[in-house]
Amino acid sequence: MIDKHYIVLIIGMGLVTYIPRWLPVAALSGRELPLWLRQWLDLIPAAILSALILPALLAGPTPGSLHFLQPKLLVALPTFGFALKTRSLGGTVIIGMLLYWLAEKLI
Amino acid sequence: MKHVLKQGFMAAWPICTGYIAIGLAFGVLAQQARISVAEIALMSVCVFAGSSQFIAVSMLSSGAGILAIITTTFMVNLRHLLMSSSLAIHLKGRRIMWLSAFAYGITDETFAVNLTKFQQNTWNPSNALAVNFISNLCWIGSTILGGYAGQFIPPGAFGIDYALIAMFLCLLVFQLRGNIFVAVAIIAGVLSVCFSLLIPGNSYVILASVTAAFVGVFLIRIKNQSTDGLSAEET
Repeated sequence: MIDKHYIVLIIGMGLVTYIPRWLPVAALSGRELPLWLRQWLDLIPAAILSALILPALLAGPTPGSLHFLQPKLLVALPTFGFALKTRSLGGTVIIGMLLYWLAEKLI
Repeated sequence: MKHVLKQGFMAAWPICTGYIAIGLAFGVLAQQARISVAEIALMSVCVFAGSSQFIAVSMLSSGAGILAIITTTFMVNLRHLLMSSSLAIHLKGRRIMWLSAFAYGITDETFAVNLTKFQQNTWNPSNALAVNFISNLCWIGSTILGGYAGQFIPPGAFGIDYALIAMFLCLLVFQLRGNIFVAVAIIAGVLSVCFSLLIPGNSYVILASVTAAFVGVFLIRIKNQSTDGLSAEET
């Protein structure tokens, strides 16, 4: 049995999630964009990935705190090095998981 | 068709590994918050956005109102605006129906994998759509499974909760295609950490990446001016 309020919630969440995903591909694809905008969009992936990862690696157990010597950050260094050296996505995922699993066991 | 699906699987498996781990965890959490398996499935199908689904469940169990949850979801998922814009360049000539189906599957993970593949010139829009839908099915399936049986799987087994972090690290490496990109990544990372401490909620990701990318465009300008208008950085 699904609650009526829950359905309203899900429709609302679905819409506000879908619209930002939909609007740019619907409006921008097939258009010639100015040079600065193409350069800007070209830089966005590097910026977003870094902006997503770094706070996640540094975040402490409570919101608003930073932790430097924690397994997820320490494991990130060799994992990053492995990615730089091999440029293998699958390999990096496996190495990262393995190192993290070991780090959790040891620390 | 078969070929497209196979290539999709080859590209999507790191995403799926991560989604299975997080999806199971989500299912368990939602079930503990007294959300039924049918409701879990409905949310995963209609929303398909990991972090905001977690936030919604925790807000629901703390008694938050519908409007507050929807507003938070909007803020958390606004970053897809940037990802969708970056992907749009590679989706020329597709019809609106196709684009609308594609847009449904844009997440942090599918965006990062598809964009990397597009940039390597080994990808076409059909491959990208396959990655989106394979990842989507994986997410829906594992959240449902988590709702049924998640409590039997020990948390953190085999370092599985590190799968997505490792994937993002490698995708970041792929994006570092020159000094400007390295500079932008460093600026974005530092800003993001600072903003995450100062600003409540998830908008720090957008603020940090937008600012860093503008600084990057500015740096390209300065560099081109100093090399007397040689448009070496036309990317």
